[in-house]
Amino acid sequence: MSKRRVVITGMGMLSPLGNDVASSWEGICAGRSGIGMIDRFDASEYNTRIGGSIKDLDLESYLSPKESRKLDAFIHYGLIAAQQAVDDSGLAEYGELDLDRAGIAIGSGIGGLEYIEKSVLTMDKSGPRKVSPFFVPASVINMISGNAAIRFGYRGPNIAIVTACTTGTHNIGYAARTIAYGDADVMLAGGSEMATTRTGIAAFASARALSTRNDEPERASRPWDRDRDGFVLSDGAGVVVLEELEHAIRRGATIYGELVGFGMSDDAHHITAPPEDGEGAARSMINALRDAGLQPEEVDYINAHGTSTQVGDVAEIAAAKRVFGAHASQLAMSSTKSMTGHLLGAAGAVEAIFSLLAIRDGVLPPTINLDNPDEGCDLDLVPNICRKSDVRVALSNSFGFGGTNGTLIVRRYEG
Amino acid sequence: MSTVEERVKKIVCEQLGVKESEVQNSSSFVEDLGADSLDTVELVMALEEEFETEIPDEEAEKLASVQDAIDYIVAHT
Repeated sequence: MSKRRVVITGMGMLSPLGNDVASSWEGICAGRSGIGMIDRFDASEYNTRIGGSIKDLDLESYLSPKESRKLDAFIHYGLIAAQQAVDDSGLAEYGELDLDRAGIAIGSGIGGLEYIEKSVLTMDKSGPRKVSPFFVPASVINMISGNAAIRFGYRGPNIAIVTACTTGTHNIGYAARTIAYGDADVMLAGGSEMATTRTGIAAFASARALSTRNDEPERASRPWDRDRDGFVLSDGAGVVVLEELEHAIRRGATIYGELVGFGMSDDAHHITAPPEDGEGAARSMINALRDAGLQPEEVDYINAHGTSTQVGDVAEIAAAKRVFGAHASQLAMSSTKSMTGHLLGAAGAVEAIFSLLAIRDGVLPPTINLDNPDEGCDLDLVPNICRKSDVRVALSNSFGFGGTNGTLIVRRYEG
Repeated sequence: MSTVEERVKKIVCEQLGVKESEVQNSSSFVEDLGADSLDTVELVMALEEEFETEIPDEEAEKLASVQDAIDYIVAHT
């Protein structure tokens, strides 16, 4: 059977750079860092005391008092990004939407960690009778998709894929396939995360994954720079509205781009580290190119996974060179995590949106804090300042613990 | 010191996300204030904490309205 075409018609986002798509994108184009000191808990005993937080969020304008009080923050963020995406798409005003053919795929890498911590402390102090009946619905990962279904009345496929830092990418890719295959006409898809909690920061710090540049938080996330020392853990959410092309045209929707390719692979190598040659990452990109029916030379921009870790950053460079050959030096590749930090399960969704905006505005987002590119990091990494450039095809990578890789390819919609 | 009635109503407002003006003594948690089965369990837990008492499950199931809760607290604390 032939695949149905899938376009993006709505976007929503919360990031350390801003509480919507416009302000986050403005921060990216200005090369601003969203990283600061952690203030959600007392981090004074931690080796890492920096992170990317959601600031000044007006919960009440999006959520009911019950939702605000009884759901973990990662669900709040996901629901708010979903609401923004639906508002942006104009779907709520479209009277002919078949709700049985509208679905949701919004995941999280970790889920309701803060709520889990709180509940364990309550049980330890006061016993099992004091564990809230909301513990499960407030903290398990498919509860963004579940709550969003009630909120929007979408009765189609409802799922939440969980693949660590590849979550956002996998949910969007899977949702697009759901539409392409004919199981739905509209899907909300993306990821959300709020893991900068006491145990979240402690655990990633113990794994020696986090930057300890506490005295210069804005300079801590520095992909491909010689002096990088780990990633910066961040919070936020990204959700897109995916829609079957004819459905979008019929209702006169604004089309941000076409989702033309989705690829997956696994390293089958190590539970947290990629192989140095980026072999698994390369296969993910090749699979996405094949799905899109595109030649490597047609890719203009790569939004890299680029987390600012020693091994991961050089492996992705190796992967890009392996896939694109000589064209690797022609295309631009940048890491918006240099500004947002690493949003784990939300990263792929947020970065897919930045890739779409790069196409829309003809702008290459920069990699900030790239003062001295590390050995071998000799591609056009758009150092420090964003650049005007025509972008027709953009590719976005996500790689997660478990060796799981995902790649999305978006193309300018040209009819 | 607030009265039992005031304290019960304050907790009901917090737990169920309703405004003070919506809460009457005769209000049923489920019918009038929109509580579901999980809400009512958590409401009872909050009452137990506020009044430093234990409400057995079989008693908790009988607390259907604001007045029921006030009466129970007055009789048992």
